[in-house]
Amino acid sequence: MFAYALRRLGQSLLVLVLMSFLVFVGVYAIGDPVELLVNPQADAVERARATAALGLDKPFLEQYAIFLKGAAAGDLGRSFVFNVPALGLIIEKLPATIELAFVAMVIAVALGIPLGLVAGLYPESVVGRSIMAGSIVGFSLPTFWVGLVLIMVFSVHLGWLPSNGRGDTVDVLGIPMSFLTLDGLSHLFMPALNLALFKLSLLIRLTRAGAREAVLQDYVKFARAKGLSQRRVIGVHVLKNILIPIVTVIGLELGSVIAFAIVTESIFAWPGTGKLLIDSINQLDRPVIVAYLLSIVTLFIVINFVVDILYSLLDPRVRLGGAAGAH
Amino acid sequence: MSAEPLLQVEGLRTHFFTKAGVVKAVDDVSFSVARGKVMGLVGESGSGKSMTGYSIVGLVDSPGRIVGGRILFDGVDLATLDPVAWRAIRGKRIAMIFQDPMMTLNPVLRVDTQIVEAVLAHAGVSRESALARAREALVRVGIASPDERLRAYPHQFSGGMRQRVAIAIALVNQPDLIIADEPTTALDVTIQGQILFEMQKICAESRTALIWITHDLSVVAGLADTVCVMYAGRVVETGRVSEVLGQPLHPYTRGLIDSVPSRNRRGEPLRQIPGMTPSLLGMGEGCAFRERCAAASAACASSPDVAELARGRFVRCFHPVGEPMAAASP
Amino acid sequence: MATDSPWARLRADFAESRLAMAGLGLLVALVGLALLAPLLSPQNPYDLAQLDVLDSKLAPGEKSSTGGTYWLGTDDQGRDMLSGILYGLRISVGVGVASTGLALSIGMVFGLLSAYFGGWLDAIIMRVVDIQLSFPSILIALILLAVLGQGVDKIIVALVAVQWAYYARTVRSAALVERQKEYVEAAKVLALSEARVVFRHLLPNCLPPLIVVATVQVAHAIALEATLSFLGLGLPVTEPSLGLLISNGFQYLLSGKYWISFYPGVALLLTIMAINLVADQLRDVLNPRLRR
Repeated sequence: MFAYALRRLGQSLLVLVLMSFLVFVGVYAIGDPVELLVNPQADAVERARATAALGLDKPFLEQYAIFLKGAAAGDLGRSFVFNVPALGLIIEKLPATIELAFVAMVIAVALGIPLGLVAGLYPESVVGRSIMAGSIVGFSLPTFWVGLVLIMVFSVHLGWLPSNGRGDTVDVLGIPMSFLTLDGLSHLFMPALNLALFKLSLLIRLTRAGAREAVLQDYVKFARAKGLSQRRVIGVHVLKNILIPIVTVIGLELGSVIAFAIVTESIFAWPGTGKLLIDSINQLDRPVIVAYLLSIVTLFIVINFVVDILYSLLDPRVRLGGAAGAH
Repeated sequence: MSAEPLLQVEGLRTHFFTKAGVVKAVDDVSFSVARGKVMGLVGESGSGKSMTGYSIVGLVDSPGRIVGGRILFDGVDLATLDPVAWRAIRGKRIAMIFQDPMMTLNPVLRVDTQIVEAVLAHAGVSRESALARAREALVRVGIASPDERLRAYPHQFSGGMRQRVAIAIALVNQPDLIIADEPTTALDVTIQGQILFEMQKICAESRTALIWITHDLSVVAGLADTVCVMYAGRVVETGRVSEVLGQPLHPYTRGLIDSVPSRNRRGEPLRQIPGMTPSLLGMGEGCAFRERCAAASAACASSPDVAELARGRFVRCFHPVGEPMAAASP
Repeated sequence: MATDSPWARLRADFAESRLAMAGLGLLVALVGLALLAPLLSPQNPYDLAQLDVLDSKLAPGEKSSTGGTYWLGTDDQGRDMLSGILYGLRISVGVGVASTGLALSIGMVFGLLSAYFGGWLDAIIMRVVDIQLSFPSILIALILLAVLGQGVDKIIVALVAVQWAYYARTVRSAALVERQKEYVEAAKVLALSEARVVFRHLLPNCLPPLIVVATVQVAHAIALEATLSFLGLGLPVTEPSLGLLISNGFQYLLSGKYWISFYPGVALLLTIMAINLVADQLRDVLNPRLRR
């Protein structure tokens, strides 16, 4: 178990280094930031000075080396646009994104698993069918369009909810969170719902598929042959079996939710890292882009790692190895 | 010992209503099992033997359901029971063992959980006492160091061990009847022998009746008191083991016995029943076996009923092979 | 009915779900509309000569200055929304299908190679696939497009890069299972060339899961392209897909001119939903574990 964890850790670090290189290469090729930050009428001398000041005149590999050294110390450059440390900018915006992603995930799980279970166990019923139909619609709706429609209905038409920005925050363990204030909730509701919709549908479908397959398994029949109540058969035997792959999916989807928050943040002007990224791409603010990518990559690697370990803990077959065999 | 049989199945019919048509998986099946006795239910795949077992415990899944007949268990017709009442009997008075223990034991739950829940479903005892009974049950089926085994997961056991656990679960509530659906088919031959022997011993000790469903005649020969042969969803022959195996009356039974390799003489071509098992879909009138029967005649185009040719000896055939002997000593 | 060909059985099983058949019908209709857009739309919205800016931002149902009716309204430049949607549909579906087809071919080749030859080739390919699949597609596409810039070809490249890994992995899994089956050994024993074994024997049996993945992925590709265009990173203004149309209309949403964004969204939704309905039924029909 420990050896496994260690091996995964090593692999993760390798991926991180590789990704940092790829990211650096990719971003290095985007446009010329000097053009953006320098007065268009500046002459060559001015440009040269700006270039040197931003360190853009050094050869590629040297830039990468400087970058790596800085990265190891936590310094990922300064934003060309805001002239503050890029990493600091990311960290400042991160809580907003994490809050949004987290609330969205909670909504998706709290609704998705029960609904999916009902749809899987009673597939021919009216309720089951409507849940399935609903999930297909939810799955097909383009996230950004749903955001628009939500704004259309709740902000423009009904005027109930604000259409952009984040509400008042309260510090939780030193991190500003907005879900504890009423104003915060009113700002959080639509974006979180928007972000949750796709994952919700996905979870319903997954749970349903898992439940349908599980119910056909022999161990369900055997459990019923023991005279167990339907509640126990479903609640313990079936649920425990389908939860294992679902937990894995939830863990992996968390990363995806954080990425998709980019779109939701753009629509609702939610001040998180996603909006920061889009703005940075448009403004060619390279250090911020690099910092974002690396932070996200690290986050994903950590999430994947945790999910791997979690999976091996949950599934006794993986945790305890193969058949003991001894008679 | 009462003269009433423990289980009396009369005219049981279980049909499956599929999109392609009606499949008569169990079609007019009748037999009886006395307390403490062993009956072998023999047939090939698709003969309806497993489905008969499921019908008795009420585990027929849609699109199938019991459409006719009676299942008299200790005087009560199970087919008329509501689901809750049937569930009370299932696992407590009638227990079932399935074929593949890897698939029947839940891989993500510990063995003790799976045995204890069987106890707690039928008795409001404490978890400790349920656990004690689980331990006892494991010892009875011959599992050494039960405490260690209780805390393990199914995948950590070998196939034979898992089946013993399944048997322990079946025994833990001291049922009157155990229905075993091909429990040794998935195991090695040597293990098979052990399990057979132990089940026989346990059932004899506790006077538990046993229905052993199998396709393997040799198993039946050593184990059972009576045997019931099924073909295409119908019972074709019933009787005491020694009689049926010693002098089979139905052409199918005869063909089955003859095709066992050990019964053939060396150097002669292996005997087999010509043709193939008919599809159960849309089976019409007439004897199901007539396409493959050497003795078939025009009369066989109408379905034969079960005839009691001697006491306890039933055959469904217009042309049984010979006459039954006078009751021979078992 | 052992004599039914697999395709006949597939068709029959598929047709069991009325919902899926409805989805299929909708899909055929939408694709037909998309293909025939130039013929069907009342106006070519990209021919500047046909536009009258005085007609801009008209609500659905209002009349144009030339007497026709704008059934779905007009946008800020006076372009008929209905026409815009038909053309946009064409581009969205076209890009989606093209990128899926390419990704499928590339992924399939890698998957088959990986499964058949095993060893270090397999290890490398699968390592790349795993790493790529652990990142959300939108992120990969975003970065690629940020680097490559705008254009139809570039967005197709991005979409292909995002998708090929799914196919590679699906095909490899299916091929590995098939490879162990005896008919492959038999084919090898008959000294058939390796290419023949791979293409004539392994491939057809890997098709069912591939069909399911491909169908779902087309919808995913269309949605992804729309999202990227919406964010301003996808297709250029000269080739507006439905995503770009929606993006154009965003600024008018708060002043109540909802139709500029709303209706293209509905078209997008219907397309994706139709594909998903079909894909769902295909998955159920081709899933061996649901066989009774």
